[in-house]
Amino acid sequence: MNTRPSPERPLPRTIPEYLEQLRQALAGADKAMVQDALYDAEEYLRAELAANPGRPEADVIADVAGSYGAPEEVADIYRETEVTVNRALRPPQPPRGRSLAARFFGVAADPYTYGSLFYMLLALATGVFYFTWAVTGISLSGGLIILIIGVPLLLLFLMSVRLLSLVEGRIVEALLGVRMPRRPLYTQRDKPWLVRIKELFTDLRTWSAMAYMLLMLPLGVAYFSVAITLVSTAVGLVLAPVAAMFGLSGYMLNVNGVDLMAGREWWWLPLLMLAGIVLLFLTLHLARVVGRFHGWLAKHLLVRDPVV
Amino acid sequence: MSDHEPHLKKFQKELSAGTVSLALLAVLAQAAEPLYGYLIAKQLEQIGGGVLSGKQSALYPVLRNLEAGGLLESHVEPSVSGPPRRYYRITAAGREVLAQWAAAWRATRDSVDSVLEGVSI
Repeated sequence: MNTRPSPERPLPRTIPEYLEQLRQALAGADKAMVQDALYDAEEYLRAELAANPGRPEADVIADVAGSYGAPEEVADIYRETEVTVNRALRPPQPPRGRSLAARFFGVAADPYTYGSLFYMLLALATGVFYFTWAVTGISLSGGLIILIIGVPLLLLFLMSVRLLSLVEGRIVEALLGVRMPRRPLYTQRDKPWLVRIKELFTDLRTWSAMAYMLLMLPLGVAYFSVAITLVSTAVGLVLAPVAAMFGLSGYMLNVNGVDLMAGREWWWLPLLMLAGIVLLFLTLHLARVVGRFHGWLAKHLLVRDPVV
Repeated sequence: MSDHEPHLKKFQKELSAGTVSLALLAVLAQAAEPLYGYLIAKQLEQIGGGVLSGKQSALYPVLRNLEAGGLLESHVEPSVSGPPRRYYRITAAGREVLAQWAAAWRATRDSVDSVLEGVSI
């Protein structure tokens, strides 16, 4: 198809130039998608360069613009594909404008509701791990920084933060349905390693990812407690009539010192069950809201702006 | 003829949507060892005509989608020339799907050919 570069922009001559143009062409697109697109392009460009040793880089790039696509074309292809991928990733949208009751109970049919609920429970474990990892890393490398051994430790720790942010991104995408990067950001081969190490420190996302890891402990504890409390209260309420039916005299619902089962009339039990069902669905709605909030948080703290 | 170019482009786009996936699966089914994106693109470039000769950047998202669908599996290996490479290999489910797709493709191709036979261009 057509391979001529757009008139206002010259064809890139080096790999960083190509990636920079691709990044500009994708400006405004989803950050996670930009990261994937840059990674794919760099793999292709490097492999093409390695397959043609001795040829000038500018010639190889000119060929690539024909076979792989010029930056603008690649950007268009990724934009289009992303629409399709997003459509596949998202569960079918419930039809709009349904009755209030349908929307209230419809949350139970959304798979990401249960994903979010599971994430709230999982967050305690991952939160404790991330927090421990970050605190250990900071104090260990900080304490040893006066000795020479502290420097490689600090670098290893900072790189582990990037790796963990990618892993957490996968969990967030799977459970909360927020698009996160699938590939690490990797566009710095040309720079000398001292520059790359410097960028590890100057990149804001390294530090925001660390803040996220520290934040995950309080968040994880809060998510876990809220989820466990609400779900167990709701299930307890729903099961109250069943327990009474089978004459389980030991079944008691003690909320803040008030026994909800003791000395009540018979009509009290269905009311308890009804309250339990409403509470259960409110909990599911809350899980959905927490999931959206946490996805937003993870996206802003973990996904880096690509530096080329 | 340039008046009709949008029509051609649109047709190529729609035609390539499924055939690219089919071709990628076929290339990986024949491969003796796992391949990474660049090698797959080059193999397709050698044999590819028609819609398969389109821009190779379109292949990477398709590979990811096929992997997400369980038809391919992948692992990452470091490389001396650039970023770590993701090697793709076809799964057992992928081979079964490929057999079904190939049958559907052949049936479609034959009937389209026989319809086109009567058309004089």
